[in-house]
Amino acid sequence: MNEPALLAPVTPRTAVRPHLVADQVSAWFGDHQVLEDITLTVHNSTVTALIGPSGCGKSTFLRILNRMHEMVPGASLAGRVLLDGEDIYERRVRPTDVRRTVGMVFQKANPFPAMSIADNVVAGLLITGRKTADKDALIERSLRRAGLWKEVENRLRTPAGTLSGGQQQRLCIARALAVDPEVLLMDEPCSALDPTSTRRVEETISEISHEVSVVIVTHNMQQAARVSQRCAFFLAEDGEPGRIVEQGQTYGVFNSPTDPRTADYVAGRFG
Amino acid sequence: MTAAATSRREIAPSSTPADKAFRGTVRGAAVLALSVMGLIGVFLFLRALPALQVTGWRFLTTAEWLPGVGHFGVAAVLEGTILIAGIALLVAVPVGFGASIWIAEYAPRHLRPALVSLVDLMAAVPSIVYGLWGFFFVQPHLIPVSRWLSENLGPALPFLRVDNAETDSSFASSAFIAGCVVGVMVVPTVTSIMREVFSQAPTGEREAALALGGTQWAVVRRVVVPFGRSGIIGGSMLGLGRALGETVAVYLIISPVFAVTTHPLQSGTHTISALIATLSTESSGVALSGLLAAGLVLFLFTLLVNAGAAVVVNRSRSGQVTG
Repeated sequence: MNEPALLAPVTPRTAVRPHLVADQVSAWFGDHQVLEDITLTVHNSTVTALIGPSGCGKSTFLRILNRMHEMVPGASLAGRVLLDGEDIYERRVRPTDVRRTVGMVFQKANPFPAMSIADNVVAGLLITGRKTADKDALIERSLRRAGLWKEVENRLRTPAGTLSGGQQQRLCIARALAVDPEVLLMDEPCSALDPTSTRRVEETISEISHEVSVVIVTHNMQQAARVSQRCAFFLAEDGEPGRIVEQGQTYGVFNSPTDPRTADYVAGRFG
Repeated sequence: MTAAATSRREIAPSSTPADKAFRGTVRGAAVLALSVMGLIGVFLFLRALPALQVTGWRFLTTAEWLPGVGHFGVAAVLEGTILIAGIALLVAVPVGFGASIWIAEYAPRHLRPALVSLVDLMAAVPSIVYGLWGFFFVQPHLIPVSRWLSENLGPALPFLRVDNAETDSSFASSAFIAGCVVGVMVVPTVTSIMREVFSQAPTGEREAALALGGTQWAVVRRVVVPFGRSGIIGGSMLGLGRALGETVAVYLIISPVFAVTTHPLQSGTHTISALIATLSTESSGVALSGLLAAGLVLFLFTLLVNAGAAVVVNRSRSGQVTG
């Protein structure tokens, strides 16, 4: 990979290594090809942003990384996705195991509205039939990691449906973190949130990225610049499937893009 | 600024003549439908009055039907009606629940529309057909089941014991057999309502459960069923409403007995609708009025059950999405 030289100081991290690798991934819905030849490496303890205009396949790519893509009828795929060196699309790999390791936060907050806040946090354990020695500690730890603890510590038993949109999204992050994933995929997690909530979620992302590799899809260039260390620019030109135009260190992609289309996009000239 | 411009004025949306005409028509249709309902109630009450004047409140507590001597009531037939409907639900709810979960969640996607139509078609089969099928086919096959239940559970549960158990005819024409046949008739209603609600379970919550590493079963158990709880209750109660009113199939199968049915496996029981079907052509005067009074009791009872179902369905969060 040819990357621009590191221009910005980056917090030193423990042994950065490839964690999740997409290798020449193409994807289809029925006969319609939406992605072609995507090769991307997600490093551990790093936030990777996927940017690009609507309809370029970013979300589809994200859903390929935890095998949610196959839930759409007629979906198909080529290429490999390696998690710690093993292809998650191998026949013997169970999708449920992949999804426990690679968590996901959706564009629209989707807590279980009838369950209490506390039960939502541990819903992953309930759903996968696992037990934990100290449930209360796990609930508190997960809510703290998601930056929601102080706001809800006195109302853990109230239904999750009573929270505001931003709080619901952070609850979903807490729920995803409670099952202790290695990678967290976030599909435009702030697109439905107000600026204050967005700021809280971004802080959360920065805090958790020390322990979890994060891949975030965003339409917000400033957000990509603020939260990510690496980024990839997706583009689907005139009926063509989506491709990666440029990827590398976020600072480099934003400040000295090598492709003119990237330069136009990050400068806000289209998209 | 003039006073006219600042003073308070009435403002209201104005509608076009076409709007008004349409509104009038649909309002008329709604009023007509509701007044037919109301008029049936009034008609039943007026025609039942002579009989109710003879018996008074004893109409609800008398099991015998002897209108000639003024000794008649719905105690036996009402109990039989509820018993058969209850047995029908014991059959229909588990089967309908399973079928609706399968159609909504597990059946191959391209088969689902056909399966939905098939269930609706089952609901459209005339009840006389179910009755004939029940009498000639189901009954002979259910008698060994009745016998088994009676012999194995009877010692522990006295109400399952049967007198003269050595002959098959002691097990025939029982509330249990009628209940099973009515249960099969009610399965499509129950399935259809439950499937409708299950299929509306929000995509967001389904995906959340999957993304946490849940299996399809976990999605069903933690998302679909909790979301569809109102549909389960509502579907069951609508099924109950249908079972309470079922006439022809029950009439064909049971052998009428005017006594409170205490042993559902034993031959002989009765229901309100079967009573009316049996006696309406040969009754007159107070006897006929008594049948209409029985009809009134059934009318009010089913109204109550259906209203209960409507309340349960409306109160639920089914149809609402997260947020």
